[in-house]
Amino acid sequence: MSMLSTVSDYLPFVPKPRPQFVTENGARVHGLIAEYASAPEVFHAAEKIRDAGYTKWDVHAPFPIHGIEHAMGHKKTILPYIVFSIALGGAFLGWLMQYWMTAVDYTGFTVQGKPYGAWEPFTMIIFELGVLHAAFASLIGMLMLNGLPRWNHPLFSSERFLSASQGGFIIGIEATDKSFDPEATRKLLEETGGTDIEIIEDED
Amino acid sequence: MSALHPDQVTAERLAGLRAGAAGRDVDVGLGDGTLTEDPAVESPLVLGDRSFDEVTDIVCGYAENPAPKWWLLAFSIASTIAGIGTLFILYMVITGVGTWGLNNQVDWAWDITNFVFWIGIGHAGTLISAILCLLKQKWRTAVNRSAEAMTIFAVICAGIFPGIHVGRIWFAWFLFPIPNYNWIWPNFRSPLLWDVFAVSTYATVSALFWYMGMIPDLATLRDRADARLRKGISKPLALELPTGHFLVIDALKPDKIRAFLYGVLSLGWRFSSRHWHRYEAAYLILAGISTPLVLSVHSIVSFDFATSVLPGWHTTIFPPYFVAGAIFGGFAMVLLLLIPLRSIMPNFKDLLTLRHLENMAKILLLTGMMVGFAYGMEFFIAWYGGNEYEAFVFTNNRAKPTWLFEDGAPYWWAYWAMISCNVISPQIFWFRKLRQNPIAIWIVALFVTIGMWFERFVIIVTSLHRAFLPGEWHMFFPTLTDIGIFVGSLGIFSTLFLLFVKFLPTFAMAELKAVMPQADPHGHHDSYDPVYIEETDAEYAEHVREEHDKEGGA
Repeated sequence: MSMLSTVSDYLPFVPKPRPQFVTENGARVHGLIAEYASAPEVFHAAEKIRDAGYTKWDVHAPFPIHGIEHAMGHKKTILPYIVFSIALGGAFLGWLMQYWMTAVDYTGFTVQGKPYGAWEPFTMIIFELGVLHAAFASLIGMLMLNGLPRWNHPLFSSERFLSASQGGFIIGIEATDKSFDPEATRKLLEETGGTDIEIIEDED
Repeated sequence: MSALHPDQVTAERLAGLRAGAAGRDVDVGLGDGTLTEDPAVESPLVLGDRSFDEVTDIVCGYAENPAPKWWLLAFSIASTIAGIGTLFILYMVITGVGTWGLNNQVDWAWDITNFVFWIGIGHAGTLISAILCLLKQKWRTAVNRSAEAMTIFAVICAGIFPGIHVGRIWFAWFLFPIPNYNWIWPNFRSPLLWDVFAVSTYATVSALFWYMGMIPDLATLRDRADARLRKGISKPLALELPTGHFLVIDALKPDKIRAFLYGVLSLGWRFSSRHWHRYEAAYLILAGISTPLVLSVHSIVSFDFATSVLPGWHTTIFPPYFVAGAIFGGFAMVLLLLIPLRSIMPNFKDLLTLRHLENMAKILLLTGMMVGFAYGMEFFIAWYGGNEYEAFVFTNNRAKPTWLFEDGAPYWWAYWAMISCNVISPQIFWFRKLRQNPIAIWIVALFVTIGMWFERFVIIVTSLHRAFLPGEWHMFFPTLTDIGIFVGSLGIFSTLFLLFVKFLPTFAMAELKAVMPQADPHGHHDSYDPVYIEETDAEYAEHVREEHDKEGGA
């Protein structure tokens, strides 16, 4: 269910699951957001929401809060493994290109009587291509794991939400979360110190 | 655990984070208050008790407010110089490299001097971003964005010279392993080809690093423009006419263009902490791979020289010597650009404090001594190695002034300009007063930039102009085209940098906010003592009061 809603976020031809919650005018509910006054407040609120068993929720802050991933119970990212394997692949491509061009396809250059396929002179470019691939892998991999780029997001419909890019701290809980309940979730946000709680409507 | 350490109270009071008995009564040090010498005190990185919103307003203001007069003036001068330089390049391409002063003996001259000069400058940005990030130097957040921008623009300027020095520029693609009609491939045993890969990888990775760091800040600019549009407080485009009136175009709103362009560039970033987690991982990986990369690039540039058999080039000290010189020259350029901006742009001084400048002055002093050591070591090896050709290059091509020795070096002035600018001028930073004085730092930075250009000139031209056979000896004199293209590259660099200052976030806002005291999720107080993590502010204040009483009683 929640998986399907994630997929349909990105692929418009995948029909969205039937809404569980609708607003008074019939629009699909994306979730609830609440604003918090400071980094320590949002940090402690995150710990409580994590302990309440929510999974589809997020803390929006103008900077990475130190240690927030633990407070949110967020798993460590697999990005380093992706980058490492792509870097190794890039380094291998670097060797393959040089070996093929120097020792297989064309062997006209005899430099100081050295063997055509000697690996030593290839090390520089092997390293450079490894680094180049790692750099692209870390940027593109980071974006893809984050589900970016995307043109819009339901959260941007809230003017309050925009404060998260300057000095505000926002927690948003999505309606597709298993534990989501309009009343109980609102109460939890209030109890943890959240103010100006808002219902966010979905885009369509 | 122990109670509050009295030093901490003092430290926080000195840093201005905690009020004394009668408000803020403590002298927080010299200058702007960041120069305190107390090792227990961590100098504030942002001055003036700024909130997150205030920092955002300051940094975004540079991009959102109308261009100030100084900017328009500087931009028109810089872009004119860039345009004239481009015309010189065009003239050189149409006519040929004969328009330059190089000759059969000095076949690399100003072109490669300028290339190495610019690529060296292009090292500071990645150094600040990557190495200082790995070393957890928080002060880097004030300078890393502009240093990275400067890096990319310097690498662009550097890229011009190898591209055009091949003469027939339309064959420059032979540099890359692309199949051609001769069905041959480039020579992978040549450092010149390693250089192509190193410099293009460096340019790409630096650009990615710079862009990734900017994504959140571009999103901030996007959201601010968007918020103004929604609130209906967005101003229409207003052009100032020479008469003093304003031509207001109601239909055109700059915020619409901003929301769109910054929106596209920020890729839909929504400041999610789950995203931040992966973002920080990616940033750390980029820092980790950029560190060996930045060291490799200038090492490989030095291989261009070191693997030849020319006396004066053929030395194993070149890779570390070039890297130290690159950091030295790069930091000098950062200071050269930021010190004037600091006094021109509003509130810039609160984000780039005297402590930042002092730190960079110390790096100049350190790397200047490393470069000086390398100069000395070159001389020592030329003597100790017993190679008469090498000894000749160092004494008769470089060091001996013609007015003292009959067999002196015609380029002695270039050599001594290099020594006095690079080795002697940074020595003034041993004096605290001088390394804390922005004007003194700026003057030294200017000298260092000039000296680093002369270093490359000395390495390239003085080694080449009198090689093995005296019958081939030849002097090099620059032509107007040589000078025009170099000055033009300065114009291109300044134009790009001014555009950056006006249209992009000049400071890494997100990183700056993350090192501010109120960003600590465990409260304002210091996090090194775990006792305070569990305390509320009220309990903490109680603690401090007790501690004060105890001190008074004792």
